[in-house]
Amino acid sequence: MSGGYDDELSRPLEGALEASTSEGPTSPAVGRDEWVARHGDNRTRRGGLLGTVEARLRVVPWWAWLATFVALFCLLPVASDSGYVRRVAFDIAIYMLLALGLNVVVGWGGLLDLGYIAFFGIGAYAYAFLSSDHYGIHLPSFVSIPLVVVIGATTGFLVGLPSRRLTGDYLAIVTLFFLLLFLTVTTNGDDLFGHNVTGGANGLLNADPLSLFGHELPPTLEGGLFNPAYMYVVLAVFVVVYVALRFVNLSRTGRAWRSLREDPLAAEVMGMPVNSLKLMSFAFGAAIAALSGTFVTMLSASVFPLSFSFPLLIIIYTMVILGGSGSQPGVVLGAVLIGTLLELLRDPGDSRVLFYAAIVLGVLGAFRFSVKLAVVVAGTFVFGFVAHSIAGASDNAWVNGSGGEGGGVADFAANWVIVPVHVAAWVAPVSYVSLVALALVLTLLHGWARIALLIPVLYLAAFVWENVMIAQPEPTRYIILGVILIALMIFRPTGLLGEKRVEII
Amino acid sequence: MDTFIQLTLNGLTLGSVYALIALGYSLVYGILKLLNFAHGDVFMVGTFIGFGAIQLLGGTVNPIVPVWTLLILITLAAMAGCAVLGVVIERFAYRPLRDAPRIAPLISALGVSFFIAYSMQLLFGSELRNYDTFSLDGGALYLEGFDIGNVRVPMIRIITIVSAFVMMILLWLLVSRTRVGKAMRATSFDREAAAMMGIDIDKVIVFAFVLGSALAGAAGVLFALRIPTYATIGFLIGLKGFTAAVIGGIGSIPGAMAGGLVLGFAESYAQGYISTRWSDLLVFVILILFLVFRPQGILGKADIRKV
Repeated sequence: MSGGYDDELSRPLEGALEASTSEGPTSPAVGRDEWVARHGDNRTRRGGLLGTVEARLRVVPWWAWLATFVALFCLLPVASDSGYVRRVAFDIAIYMLLALGLNVVVGWGGLLDLGYIAFFGIGAYAYAFLSSDHYGIHLPSFVSIPLVVVIGATTGFLVGLPSRRLTGDYLAIVTLFFLLLFLTVTTNGDDLFGHNVTGGANGLLNADPLSLFGHELPPTLEGGLFNPAYMYVVLAVFVVVYVALRFVNLSRTGRAWRSLREDPLAAEVMGMPVNSLKLMSFAFGAAIAALSGTFVTMLSASVFPLSFSFPLLIIIYTMVILGGSGSQPGVVLGAVLIGTLLELLRDPGDSRVLFYAAIVLGVLGAFRFSVKLAVVVAGTFVFGFVAHSIAGASDNAWVNGSGGEGGGVADFAANWVIVPVHVAAWVAPVSYVSLVALALVLTLLHGWARIALLIPVLYLAAFVWENVMIAQPEPTRYIILGVILIALMIFRPTGLLGEKRVEII
Repeated sequence: MDTFIQLTLNGLTLGSVYALIALGYSLVYGILKLLNFAHGDVFMVGTFIGFGAIQLLGGTVNPIVPVWTLLILITLAAMAGCAVLGVVIERFAYRPLRDAPRIAPLISALGVSFFIAYSMQLLFGSELRNYDTFSLDGGALYLEGFDIGNVRVPMIRIITIVSAFVMMILLWLLVSRTRVGKAMRATSFDREAAAMMGIDIDKVIVFAFVLGSALAGAAGVLFALRIPTYATIGFLIGLKGFTAAVIGGIGSIPGAMAGGLVLGFAESYAQGYISTRWSDLLVFVILILFLVFRPQGILGKADIRKV
């Protein structure tokens, strides 16, 4: 990711000290607050190989990261000519844009905007109004896209207006209700005072594709394949937005936003125009969301109210929070990770491999290379084979239900996890609920008791995964998002690349 | 006139359920200043526990216990199950975040809400579940009752309204007359000072979650007696309950009741006189207007911020 460390060091308290970042944390620069310097020290203290790698990576400037990332992303269609992979790459590029926009509101402004997806939808609908058969208006893209951005920013401004009076959770609620309002209006808008405005649940069809300098880019190539040109366009927009936002973040306004996030009251007392700053961050986020909306409409040539529902909002939030809200490279990383994860979970074979990989990495991360790791791994293996052979010895129908994709992992799973041919109806709820309960108990235990319980819990998790979750990707993805959100908030509220917040007492 | 009476009746039934949910939001918000997004999903779990309990007791066509015992048993089962769920949520998702910035428990609550709703969908599918109370006693709950004008007030609505109000009055007595209630009020007024006066804050918070979740469970059964339920119903119903709490003045018990009824009537009249498609819209607009112009609600007190 681009310039993760660089970004982190140029945080609010030392905003005027851009140059000092290269001097390293050990020597507080002239004019740097001693407390800030110590804070920087704490962050970098990491010995051994990892520390060296981190220090080396830190030297790479942000634009090099960005260029590498974008170049790799561009190579995807070259590496794989599957239309599916290209389509997923387009979706992830859209996610990255959305995450960047949400980061402005949540990460920098500190405002919990639960109506963010409504702006995405407004952009999509506005483009469909301006360039489709619905009203017979066909503005060229270079007119309609800026118009949509202006419309998005204006609605963002208007929705942000209540934030002048509301703070914290009340703002979250007003924006959430704005999202519901948007969904109700679009779903029922086919009969608004007798006019068909939004097409209702059937949506709007036949939106124009992107037209550049008089050339139209067809959304699908001959043979019905996805046109990768759209992915390149969105990627180009992403780079522009990323760089622009980076400059905004380093500007006076960016610093003001962060002071607003840290303590709105103190910011106000210091003479910051708190209200217009809040409105501005709303408008920025909304404009980016609306901009992303246009590309989605262009590509599918249609727009439906169901595409802008609450689950999508949670997906974008998980991206921002996983990556580290407030850090641009972080939220992009979050978008890539979560976007890939959600895609992989669709396919039973991929999701099986993913599950076991996550378990192995999780155990490895928790215990490092120690005796405990050996005990857990060996214990889980033995536990599984013993349980499997006992069950198989009593009745073969108890273990013969498995089979499926996933290569060697699937073969291993078939010989290790009990997968009955016919699963009784009570098995799923009982095993799932006990898995959740035991996992919660696990967090309360310490030392060897925890390890003793961890082994059966791991096996139970594999059992639940093979018998219940793998067949139902849709709820499973959302359950995983929910768990990620809770776990992040409790164990690592800064996310992967987010800055470490220091409480000022 | 008949339409009006019918709509008022609908509003009263709906409103009493909203009020029960609103009380759960209010109790938790009053003490923790936390907007418990997962509350609507606790309600949903309540509706499912009621459904499961009915199946265990032999279904509605041939129940193994008398009708009234059945109704009481399923309500108690839902209340108990939801109370346990509420305590677990508080212990594992909110308590670790009690001193975190305020945005953290909110996001954690969103995660909990998602987790519960989709776990339910994973385990029990997304189809509608109907209690089928019409089969109880050959439809007696729907046929018996009394008349106002030409409008029949069936037993099943009387059950919902009366039991909701009984529970609200019990809760109000509990909070205003008992020692625990006093501790709750003290904690909600000033948590630190209450702790210094020897009140066990953890216990008070857990108790608030037990009460609120049990009420949500009861509301779930009362709601699902007449209306089919499904795994993701909690989101919208929970939001309406929250709206009721805000309209009435969050943190205030009579406020939650008033807010629930106002919302129930508004929704019912909007459905009857305007259109069923736009009734939700009215609810959202009412809430936004209230939040913008009178955030303290009908019965709440204006918040004075100490610096």
